[in-house]
Amino acid sequence: MTELTFGIAHIAAMTAAQLSRSTKYIAFALLLSLAACGGDHNESSGGQPPAASGEPMSIKGSDTMVILGQKWAETYMKKNSGTRIQISGGGSGTGIVALINGTTDICQASRPMKKSEREKVKAKYGHDVLEIPVAKDGIAVYVHADNPIREITMQQLEKIYTGEISNWRDLGGANQRIIVFGRENSSGTYGFFMEHVLRDKDFGAAVQTLPGTAAVVNAVSEETKAIGYGGDAYSTGVRALAIKKDSAAQAIAPGEVSIMTGTYPIARDLYFYIGKEFKGAEKEFVEWVMSEEGQGIVKKVGYYPIPKKKLAPPDSTAADTAKTASK
Amino acid sequence: MKKVLGVLAGGSTLLAVALILAIIVIIMSSIVSGGIGRLSWNFITTPPTEGLTEGGISTPIYGTVLLVLLMSVVGIPFGTITAVYLSEYTSERSRIARFVRFAVSNLASVPSIVFGLFGLGFFIQFVGVGMDKAFAPEGRVIFGKESLLWAAMTMAVLTLPVVIVSVEEALRNVPREYREASLALGATKWQTVTRVVLPNAVGGILTGTILAVSRGAGEVAPILFTGAAYSAQTESVTSKFMHMGYHLYILMTQSPNVRETLPVQYATTLVLLMLTFALNFTAIFVRYQFRKRLIRA
Amino acid sequence: MAEAIIESMPLSRQVRTNPAAKNADAAARVAITAVAVFALAIIFLILIFIFKEAKDVFFDAKKRDQVLPTLFMMPANENQAVWTPISKNPKYSLMPMLLGTLKTTLVAMFIAIPISVLAAIYTACFAPRWVREIVKPAIELLAGFPSVVLGFFALIAIAGFMQRLTGADYRLNAIVGGIAVSLTAIPIIFTIAEDALSAVPKAMQEASYGLGATEWETAFYIVLPAAYPGIFAGILLGLGRAFGETLIVLLAAGNALIVSWDFLVPTKTLTATIGAEMGEVVYGDTHYNVLFLIGVFLFVFSVIINSIAEFYVKGRLMKKFSGAA
Repeated sequence: MTELTFGIAHIAAMTAAQLSRSTKYIAFALLLSLAACGGDHNESSGGQPPAASGEPMSIKGSDTMVILGQKWAETYMKKNSGTRIQISGGGSGTGIVALINGTTDICQASRPMKKSEREKVKAKYGHDVLEIPVAKDGIAVYVHADNPIREITMQQLEKIYTGEISNWRDLGGANQRIIVFGRENSSGTYGFFMEHVLRDKDFGAAVQTLPGTAAVVNAVSEETKAIGYGGDAYSTGVRALAIKKDSAAQAIAPGEVSIMTGTYPIARDLYFYIGKEFKGAEKEFVEWVMSEEGQGIVKKVGYYPIPKKKLAPPDSTAADTAKTASK
Repeated sequence: MKKVLGVLAGGSTLLAVALILAIIVIIMSSIVSGGIGRLSWNFITTPPTEGLTEGGISTPIYGTVLLVLLMSVVGIPFGTITAVYLSEYTSERSRIARFVRFAVSNLASVPSIVFGLFGLGFFIQFVGVGMDKAFAPEGRVIFGKESLLWAAMTMAVLTLPVVIVSVEEALRNVPREYREASLALGATKWQTVTRVVLPNAVGGILTGTILAVSRGAGEVAPILFTGAAYSAQTESVTSKFMHMGYHLYILMTQSPNVRETLPVQYATTLVLLMLTFALNFTAIFVRYQFRKRLIRA
Repeated sequence: MAEAIIESMPLSRQVRTNPAAKNADAAARVAITAVAVFALAIIFLILIFIFKEAKDVFFDAKKRDQVLPTLFMMPANENQAVWTPISKNPKYSLMPMLLGTLKTTLVAMFIAIPISVLAAIYTACFAPRWVREIVKPAIELLAGFPSVVLGFFALIAIAGFMQRLTGADYRLNAIVGGIAVSLTAIPIIFTIAEDALSAVPKAMQEASYGLGATEWETAFYIVLPAAYPGIFAGILLGLGRAFGETLIVLLAAGNALIVSWDFLVPTKTLTATIGAEMGEVVYGDTHYNVLFLIGVFLFVFSVIINSIAEFYVKGRLMKKFSGAA
């Protein structure tokens, strides 16, 4: 608020005809706002009301999880007015780097950390990173609601995205070009799709990479010949296809049961990663996230909760599962 | 034949003007008709909720205001002083003045996304990380990350040419006789500048400020990776912030349901447009008023 | 006014400047010069610090071997993507984006130049006063549209309209992006062209009328050629704005790596690549370095265009003043 008050003072001073005086105001406002920002970090320097002291908890990472994180934070802050949480996206990779650099308290990631990344976290904090699966997500494959196609095999999907198949005719549809949408290459969803559907082949040149799943859904809903992929949570206004592991397998639609049990072929866990010692505000928040209420929000947002048997209190046991998962 | 050619030539120019005006009317009317239904006092005073589909845009408005204020506090004095240098302390032909002028005109033409890269490479990675190394307690990251502060600094650099050009123009409009009278009375240059020239150029400084603020409120590219957040409460200059333009971008690309948020997108656009237009018109008006006053004086 | 100044000054200073004021004056001169030189330095700081984040592409042997051989690689077939930083064998070719930027910029300029120059001719030469008073603020209004708003409009309105019009397979393409980008270039070209046209001496027009030329002949054959340097500068500045536009093309041009001269296929531009990928890239990674390298390209290119605009116009005007034109 300090900047605001003195900013207004500065504008007011500007309107006064005596500019020399207003330069003084500006210098004064600058000094004060700098002092205020210093005061926010040095709890000792006082002058700030107690509620505003200390850094807010920062959560950063996966864009897929940003809505979920935001909803968690929104509800949690309503219940605990003393806690402040700031959420930002940027992608899983960015979140992990932020954790390694110490610029975030909790990293949200839509893919498990790589071994090299775990080592870096260990080097920074002196102990293994704490990995907590907080939700499950299925990558849905969307088509336009008017598209007659209902199911697709993993092989067909691979060929569409590498560019080998470019006409709906090859899938039993109309003789029309397939307009292919995907995510930009630094997103976790892109990496996951490349690894699990394209089996590490490169995407074709005609794939239109849009800067967000919502943009993909919107584009697919506007174009009858389009196909796209993204979190199952987003599939409104488009149809999510049922996926077959191979041509002989049963087609499985993304849904609560198929994703939670793992029968849907392109499903993944969404994680929290914590580097600092697990205590205080972060611990309370994560425990709440794993509680019935927190997991209820997961469902409300459109992801799926972690199956009950895996749902252990996220302290030492969670750290153990993290270790087994990391090998 | 000649007459036909004349009608064609003249007609094409009229057509071009009509086309531009029509485009403006179409854009405005589509945004107003799409957004007016969602717009309410409530919309601008409540924060977004339910994954951005409900609630209003108070936090993005607040973040935008903080950004432009902080940006102005840094950019306006800096730009004003540079303009004073160009107009009062050098001749038109001095080499440094020509270099500065050339630098400023280039600064104005650099793509805004490049300023974003500059903010990231210079303010965050160099200044911020450097400050943390020097002052922050071991291992704490306070300045070396995206924040309101660095986004505002980036914007201050981006809007610097706007400020310099408008202030310099205002300074040039102050009649030479004023300066001569002051100097003849034994005032020093500095006294002349601060007590005679600048008070008479307040209009230009205000115009520059307003135009810079209008640009700062609308530009998204430079803040994409210097401090804008999907969701944040901004308590200090080192927090991230929400921003109206960025919020619109997020709504289009990352909201959970684009269809459902379409009215919110329209209404956010409408508020953003009303703000930038109000600022632009104020700038035009202020410039006009001060010009008139100077001419009368 | 002069009396007011005298009254506002302390009596002692009316007669002689005191030494303290003289010292303050000297200090102020130094400080002001320092600030101005810093403003000059910013342009170099920008180049230095963008290059600093990109330099590993040239100076780190491993990254150099990864990036430089693929930097301008053409795809082997129309399906191959040559910008794949997150791949098992990464490629960093800028060709799709260079071509994409070229295509959207061409479309934008193709639309913006005739419209804004013709509109400027109308406003400067034919328009009655009241029309001018509507047109000029209206175009300032267009200049005030934030680019994210134009991107929004392109996405919800222009894209669908153009697909119905052209029957293109792809809804988002270089034409849609280019049309929206032209809206950012039009105000710049118009404003500068209108200034240049209005600055042509009235005597030239009167001489033309005197010789029996019609209004349109005077406008097109006399005023337009005379204002040509200014208009050219305006076009260059509009061009600089058009190729540097980010949000519009990111939202509306489709972002695909197709290397083709077809304007109706989705295209990815240099700016959109930075805008989409920088937010999620891992700091210090090769990908990060190459994105900064794109920034260096954009910076250098904008400075070149701006310098041509500056020197071309100044040079022309000099010649005019010295009587050569």
